Amino acid sequence: MNPAITAATEITRTGSGEQVVFWILAPIAVLAAFGMVLARNAVHGALLLIADLFCLAIFYMLQSAPFLGFVQIIVYAGAIMVLFLFVLMLVGVDSSDSLVETLRGQRPAAIVLGTGFAGLIALPIIHVISGTQAAGLSAANNGGNVQAIAKLLFTTYVFPFEIVSALLIIAAIGAMVLGHQERTGPKVTQREMLKRRFASSGPLTPRPGPGVRARADAVDTPALLPDGRPALTSIAPEYGGQSEEEPAVPVNGTNGAGETPGPDDPEGGAPAGDSAPVGAGSGGSR
Amino acid sequence: MNPSNYLVLAAILFSIGAVGVLVRRNAIVVFMCVELMLNAANLTLVTFSRIQGTLDGQVIAFFVMVVAAAEVVVGLAIILTIFRTRRSASVDDVNLLKY
Amino acid sequence: MSSVHALAGVGAEGATSVVGATGAFNATWLLLALPLAGAAVLLLGGRRTDRTGHLIGTLAAAASFVFGLVLFFTLHGRSSSGREVSSNLFTWLPVNGLKVNVGLLFDPLSSVFVLLITGVGTLIHIYSIGYMAHDPGRRRFFAYMNLFLASMLLLVLANDFLVTFVGWEMVGLSSYLLIKFWEYKPAAATAANKAFYVNRVGDVGFLIAIMLMFATVGTTSFTGVFNAVAQHAIGYGTLTAIALTLLLGAASKSGQFPLQTWLPDAMEGPTPISALIHAATMVTAGVYLIARSNPIFTGSQAARTVVLIVAAITILLGCVIGCAYDDIKKVLAYSTVSQIGYMFLAVGLGPAGYALGILHLLAHGFFKAGLFLGAGSVIHGMDDEQDARRFGGLWRFMPVTWVTFGLGYLAIIGFPGLSGFFTKDKIIEAAFDKGGTSGWILGCVALLGAGLTAFYMSRIFLLTFHGERRWSDSGPDAKHPHESPTVMTAPMIVLAFGSVFAGGLLVLGGSLQHWLTPSIGRSAEVGAHTINPAVLTVLTLVVAAGGFAGAYLRYQLRPVAAVAPADSEVSPVTVAARHDLFLNAFNEAVLMRPGQYLTRFLVWSEAVGIDGVVRGIAAGVGGLSGRMRRAQTGFVRTYALSMLTGSVLLVGALLLVKAS
Repeated sequence: MNPAITAATEITRTGSGEQVVFWILAPIAVLAAFGMVLARNAVHGALLLIADLFCLAIFYMLQSAPFLGFVQIIVYAGAIMVLFLFVLMLVGVDSSDSLVETLRGQRPAAIVLGTGFAGLIALPIIHVISGTQAAGLSAANNGGNVQAIAKLLFTTYVFPFEIVSALLIIAAIGAMVLGHQERTGPKVTQREMLKRRFASSGPLTPRPGPGVRARADAVDTPALLPDGRPALTSIAPEYGGQSEEEPAVPVNGTNGAGETPGPDDPEGGAPAGDSAPVGAGSGGSR
Repeated sequence: MNPSNYLVLAAILFSIGAVGVLVRRNAIVVFMCVELMLNAANLTLVTFSRIQGTLDGQVIAFFVMVVAAAEVVVGLAIILTIFRTRRSASVDDVNLLKY
Repeated sequence: MSSVHALAGVGAEGATSVVGATGAFNATWLLLALPLAGAAVLLLGGRRTDRTGHLIGTLAAAASFVFGLVLFFTLHGRSSSGREVSSNLFTWLPVNGLKVNVGLLFDPLSSVFVLLITGVGTLIHIYSIGYMAHDPGRRRFFAYMNLFLASMLLLVLANDFLVTFVGWEMVGLSSYLLIKFWEYKPAAATAANKAFYVNRVGDVGFLIAIMLMFATVGTTSFTGVFNAVAQHAIGYGTLTAIALTLLLGAASKSGQFPLQTWLPDAMEGPTPISALIHAATMVTAGVYLIARSNPIFTGSQAARTVVLIVAAITILLGCVIGCAYDDIKKVLAYSTVSQIGYMFLAVGLGPAGYALGILHLLAHGFFKAGLFLGAGSVIHGMDDEQDARRFGGLWRFMPVTWVTFGLGYLAIIGFPGLSGFFTKDKIIEAAFDKGGTSGWILGCVALLGAGLTAFYMSRIFLLTFHGERRWSDSGPDAKHPHESPTVMTAPMIVLAFGSVFAGGLLVLGGSLQHWLTPSIGRSAEVGAHTINPAVLTVLTLVVAAGGFAGAYLRYQLRPVAAVAPADSEVSPVTVAARHDLFLNAFNEAVLMRPGQYLTRFLVWSEAVGIDGVVRGIAAGVGGLSGRMRRAQTGFVRTYALSMLTGSVLLVGALLLVKAS
């Protein structure tokens, strides 16, 4: 084969290595996209989107756009997706969405239209563009992709570039304005919080943590009150404790809490009704 | 390997994103679907840049990324504000502006 | 301009030329201006002129009359070739192709009209001072009377059909204002509206005639149009059309069949108005119009035949209905209708009768005004009672009224030596002389009309002044008949003199006919008389005497019920006459009802059709919006779905276009 023709083929046709990578990553990208749409938990969706973005970053690199690929990873997969996850945490990470459709006909219509759109776009691409040869970017990237893009960005596209920077600043200010909450009352100081605590009927001191003065300091071992009775409010409800708001109920024999009192306090916890300081004291457990 | 494969992949990803926007109610997930659509568009830009042999497509893709970042910032701030007042991030709950 | 009347078959010596105004004729406009100024002062002066209004109005009329006399004698002093004096005032419409000069034409024809209008007008002004003495609207009344005088003078003095039309409309307005002078009376308001509507029909005819003149000749001035007629510039069909549309206008203004229905109703106005406008002057404007347009009517035999038919019908119609009414003013009104029918008959005869028509018009102006004033005096003395069946034996209480009314009555029935004898006999004679079957028919109609006139006028005269009293001077309905004050009787006496002598003065020696020759051409030489004039005069007298005898037998020798017998006790002819020969009912059924249905249909079709389309579009848009509104669900995802649908359609369309 003529070396010139071989060289031309190398320029215009993608190599077999790229083909391998594409056929591995493309199904992953599609599956990850499907998974994102179908995931009940938004955090899972965000992670699948990150996977997708990574796949795309690699595609960029495969197509002679290494700068964009890295920007994709750093800005998109890094910064933007972190922002997404951050907001997800704020909104409530444990809520998983119901996937029951409430708008009648929305889902079938969406699927039909989505399929139709993909088909309408893809069919002509396969028909028309599949035969054309890619010009390749070797020439354009001569001297480095980053340098070439920088050259374009600061010459031809300098005005859009500046306008986009202004857009970013506006967006930042906008986000601050939207996130800002006006304070409607006077600021609560340390002194006022102290006064409020003393005015209430609750305990003045912090509540005892679990295991205080008990023989063990495990999380399921209630603290002991000065009279030796266990303080059931000192342990989490999951381990047999009481929340402060609930009225004390007998917990004898219902869980491990009943067995933990020492032998010097055989009936410990039985008449729990009088023992729990049920004051609605604020922040006692903090 | 033919570059049109990338274009078909981008079309598929774009459509999946569009369907996601249409069927999901969680505003944040809807936003992520929009991001997917933007990225699919970016992929076509990069691919066409390669087919044409010029870097303009890559520059436009870069601009798209910047605009997407700005959009995400403002959009998420809006979602937060809505959540603060309505205790919900569902786009169907925000339907007061109607007939 | 010189051979205006050549077509009239009169001969070249009858042709005269219109000359420019000199001397006193430069001030012809004063004739109109005086009463117009009087009206302006009274209307604009408001309450300040309440106390002196009647004097101002009368003075304006009298001044106009005096000036008219001066002009008349000046004109009389000229040779007959210079007796058409025209003075241009200003150019009214200098439009390209249509130039209307407002000018006044003082010629023999208009001069006699000026004297009649201002003379009788002044007398009636004086009479009204007494008649309207206690009316709160007296000033307004005199203002309208002055306005009428000015309008009527403009009508007869104009030298252009369009300006004549302006006067024509202004007299219509004055007539309307005066008929409804007591507008709080529903009957008066209705009568005024009726007069206005019926006159609109005629006005349209007159307007069409003017438009036809302009379309064919290009001018509307008398000289221009008559020259065109003389030069045969107007085709016979167009000429007939102009003549017939003019006749429509004339018939409506003069209360001729079939547009006579408004005139009897117009008697709802004050009696002086009935005398001045609806007997002596305005209603004769139709006769004036035909006489003035004599070249047109002379040129169209067909139009003259129509005039004769209308006249014959009107004569009989007026007489028959006049026999049935008991209301003294209604009888006089129908008498007016039939007498104007005689005038139309005369002018319809063509060159032989134009002068006779004017002659009868003038005599009629005197005796009918006198009759109306007498009737007004009776009504005044009988506390506004108008039913002749409730009068009787009044001659003892109102001697002056009795004598003056009686002279007018004798004049109208053609008592030998009085006005009507000369003028009406001439018309009957001319009708017979027309020759042929039509001449005989017209003559017999006129003769029959004379007999009927004698009957119904004798009836009303005997019912009012003779026989037993059918009223009482005690009880709740007490009447205290008394003679009217001098200010009212004086004009009646003057008019009575006119009734007695006017006809003779005007007829004897053909003085008026000779005087009018410059305006309407010399009366055609009468050929052989169909009936010897002497025989015809005797015949007419016999017929009139028969009419009087009938009335005397029925209403003098036999008792008369104070209340008219019911319709069931009288003959069908009387019933029909009492209902105006059902012409009002005919108009109502044939014209008014269909008109109402037509307007209702138009209103309905407008509401349903045009408005329906408009409202339908609005309702359609509204309804569509109301339904489309439902698409705004508030769900963002629904909007996104429609966006995606749009995108798919757009891409699909793009591909289709590209593919094809």
